[in-house]
Amino acid sequence: MRIGVLAVQGAFAEHIAALKRLGADAFEIRQLQDISQDFDGLVLPGGESTVMNKLLHDLGLFQPLKAKIEAGLPVLGTCAGMILLAKSVEGGIPCFGTLDMTVKRNAYGRQLGSFVCKEQFAGQEITMRFIRAPYVESVENSTEILAEHGGKIIAVRQGNQLATAFHPELTEDTAVYDLFFKSLAKS
Amino acid sequence: MNEQYQLNKELAQMLKGGVIMDVTTPEQAEIAQAAGACAVMALERIPADIRAAGGVSRMSDPAMIRSIQEAVTIPVMAKCRIGHFAEAQILEAIEIDYIDESEVLSPADDVYHVDKTKFRVPFVCGAKDLGEALRRIAEGASMIRTKGEPGTGDIVQAVRHMRKMNSQIRHIVSLSGDELYEEAKQLQVPYELVKQVHESGRLPVVNFAAGGVATPADAALMMQLGAEGVFVGSGIFKSGDPKKRASAIVQAVTNYQDAKLLAELSSGLGEAMVGINEQEIAVLMAERGK
Repeated sequence: MRIGVLAVQGAFAEHIAALKRLGADAFEIRQLQDISQDFDGLVLPGGESTVMNKLLHDLGLFQPLKAKIEAGLPVLGTCAGMILLAKSVEGGIPCFGTLDMTVKRNAYGRQLGSFVCKEQFAGQEITMRFIRAPYVESVENSTEILAEHGGKIIAVRQGNQLATAFHPELTEDTAVYDLFFKSLAKS
Repeated sequence: MNEQYQLNKELAQMLKGGVIMDVTTPEQAEIAQAAGACAVMALERIPADIRAAGGVSRMSDPAMIRSIQEAVTIPVMAKCRIGHFAEAQILEAIEIDYIDESEVLSPADDVYHVDKTKFRVPFVCGAKDLGEALRRIAEGASMIRTKGEPGTGDIVQAVRHMRKMNSQIRHIVSLSGDELYEEAKQLQVPYELVKQVHESGRLPVVNFAAGGVATPADAALMMQLGAEGVFVGSGIFKSGDPKKRASAIVQAVTNYQDAKLLAELSSGLGEAMVGINEQEIAVLMAERGK
């Protein structure tokens, strides 16, 4: 199981460490030549979505990665990564636009609005860390809601695309990765 | 550990691999965001101008900071004077994303720093060596940066600080458990933090480079020396083509090990900021607050 982690900016090292703890083989994607190898899944980490969006274009990574996601490459987007996947972004510009949902950026306000909570995800209660996080305003078509907090959607899935507004890489709970690994096994 | 402090350290983790740019107007903030800044530092005058103007330098007008908060969606930071907890309270009241308790401004207290544990809003502080870094962390800083000489365009001090910090960390890792108590005494820091460094081989918080970064090569140098991201102050908006230079520095931080790409990024950037050598400086800002 080989997983590429977008490493142009943000908390990519945390994802790589978490993936390795769970026995996956993870590598950094910093430029075009990094994706010339074969891989089974893609992680879009937390960070600043505006920065990642710009660097994806500047480094020529945007089109090839979008094509892979559209072709069914399993992808996990967390926080900023969720924004990169969204078809429509309130307060921002869509990037890949492959997941049928509208997300709201900085939906909980500034850093003083960052928080931790426990909610149900895929049948179990897990710790969720939100840092200047987005939430999902609405979903369309086949997008499935996986978790909610305070009446807001915070995790979704559509086909092989999985997205969370919180940071599974910052906790010990593995439920999000487990679900991601299931989509890897299927494809 | 206090939950908010953990979240504040994690916000710094989200900034890693990014460039934080000094801006003085909403227009500059928009340019910085479009060029790929992961955060902006809102201040009335950039360090090079503070240095040129002389006199007492204070926290910026909250109205000016607010106008920048409204102009961009990325995190906005602002500076308070060393030890000026009332300025810090004001910055917290306007919901700044990060406070930089900064030696660039005139110190308000020549003994005490702000007790940052009293705040919910995160703080970044400068440090020239590991002792300074751990003292700031003990006071509640959730992010550290080098204290390279601000507004000079000279990278030498930032390099010195980063090398010293890393060499001290390697030394602590090499010590045996019973030697850590004496090391804590020497560094004038809490034993618990020394133990944490000994076990993890790194600072307990994210560490950025700051001071004197003027070119993509400077940014790449600091990243290769172990910085987790870069602050660029005067280097961008004191240069000939801020947009192009900002964007080049952002890319240089992502691909800091690719010399071919760095060569491309360094080409045709126009004039860099003029800069001052450390021997020519009257006020060493890095000596403020230890």
